[in-house]
Amino acid sequence: MTAPLLAINQLAKTFHLESYQIHAVRDFTVDIWQGECLAIVGESGSGKSTVANMILGVYPPTSGQISFKGEPLGARRTKSQRRALQLVQQNPFSSINPSRRIGATLKLPLNVHDIGTKGERMARVEELLGEVGLPADYAARAPSTLSGGQCQRVAIARALASQPEMVVLDEPTSALDVLVQARVLILLNELRKKRDLTYVFITHDLAVVRNMADRVAVMKDGQLVELKPTHEIFDNPEHDYTRRLISASPVITEEERDMRNRLREGLAMEAVQ
Amino acid sequence: MKRTIRIILANPLSVIGVILIGLVVGSAILADFITPFPTHRGTVVDFTNFNQPPGWPNIMGTDLVGRDLFTRIIYAYRISLILGIVVLLLAVPLGVTVGLMAGYLGPRVRFVLMRTTEVFLSIPPLVLAMSIMGVLEPTLINGMMAVTVMWWPWYSRLVYNLTLAEREEGYVLAAEVIGASRFHIMFVEILPNCFPAILTKMTLDLGFVILIASSLSFLGLGVQPPTPDLGSMVAEGARYLPDSWWLTVFPGLAILVAVFGFNLLGDAMREVLGTHQ
Repeated sequence: MTAPLLAINQLAKTFHLESYQIHAVRDFTVDIWQGECLAIVGESGSGKSTVANMILGVYPPTSGQISFKGEPLGARRTKSQRRALQLVQQNPFSSINPSRRIGATLKLPLNVHDIGTKGERMARVEELLGEVGLPADYAARAPSTLSGGQCQRVAIARALASQPEMVVLDEPTSALDVLVQARVLILLNELRKKRDLTYVFITHDLAVVRNMADRVAVMKDGQLVELKPTHEIFDNPEHDYTRRLISASPVITEEERDMRNRLREGLAMEAVQ
Repeated sequence: MKRTIRIILANPLSVIGVILIGLVVGSAILADFITPFPTHRGTVVDFTNFNQPPGWPNIMGTDLVGRDLFTRIIYAYRISLILGIVVLLLAVPLGVTVGLMAGYLGPRVRFVLMRTTEVFLSIPPLVLAMSIMGVLEPTLINGMMAVTVMWWPWYSRLVYNLTLAEREEGYVLAAEVIGASRFHIMFVEILPNCFPAILTKMTLDLGFVILIASSLSFLGLGVQPPTPDLGSMVAEGARYLPDSWWLTVFPGLAILVAVFGFNLLGDAMREVLGTHQ
């Protein structure tokens, strides 16, 4: 068997505060395979985002190791490592710099990673906007003129600009309203297929997990409590915490699900047009 | 632009501020054409017409050697404005760079830069400027240096606090994940979001720089005669109070108009740029 795209081995992170320590992540081990979508779920404070930040190299782990394509990731990432691992954040209004135009925001990864010649980059920005379903003239716009869903599309385009292999999605839809959520999820699924991306999907929304993920990792108090393919987690949750997490999420009947799926197909058609 | 004009017109105080600063800046720029006595900025002596009360053609009277006071005041505005602008052009980039670095780079950089800033802030400003001017020769350039040295720490503290807030924003994280340089993150991502607050403070400060520079020259530590200066004019005239009241009252009023005007304009800026939240 080939090596996993990202191997996380016994990862731990302890934050030292003035008078006490917080063990944010403990003994977290998971292999992420090329092309899959791994959801990391858990309640607030369970260490999901800490794992994401360590994958992205925002801060180094206290102990343990992350390897990308068999090579360990150090505290200082190389340009190509940064380029391969990208992020979409939760709050689109905060993640897009309000004082820069959309075009400048999207051009940053192209400039940093020296993608294309300088003359080609503007055309590349317009292509990226098209890929996330936004008109090319949005490049000249200020972020304040965009809606939350549109900002999130810009954030997705920015993450894709450096042609990454893996994208960490840190609750990318939880700041959006339900209809917009559905559209963004459809877009993310399309892009994943088209670009053969690997997703690490961090969320507490189990309905989203059911739609997006191939496998689910359940975290509690910084530890991995269960790791299984999505349908198994929902059909046969082993751990008590997982069961409680699933039972706490809103239940939908078969009819409701059918109706929602029909609606989503409609939206997908709309998005294509 | 339309929005700016609407916000300014909505507040009478802002309108007054714009008018006062328009008069101050306009008279300073057009001084040569406004006054009938442009030579009176220098060492003209006219003992046939000295120490005259306000009248015609000397609307603010004349000084002790017969020079037109109004002429002296508008040329003094020119010097004060140049001094204020030069001081801010030196102090702001320095303070802003220190503040950005202290706010964004690690705790060690922060410790060194902010403790240094605090040392400068803890010395009473006039005392600091006076001791610098006591050591150096009292010239316009040295006056600018002295005021600059006491002014930059305010900007470093302002920008430091703004940077601490901005660095928590998602766009900074996004730039870090992309792999942008620290220089890019500080000066291209964070700095533009600090501009409204910096511009507002600069407008407010222009008045205060003029006030401090006048205080220095009032004490004889600033611009030297025969260059017209509001502070030294007040100081010279003070000995002849209350009989020759115009020698102090008009330069004093001139300082008041400039400081008050820049304050009102600064408040207007705050409203236009939305810095008040």
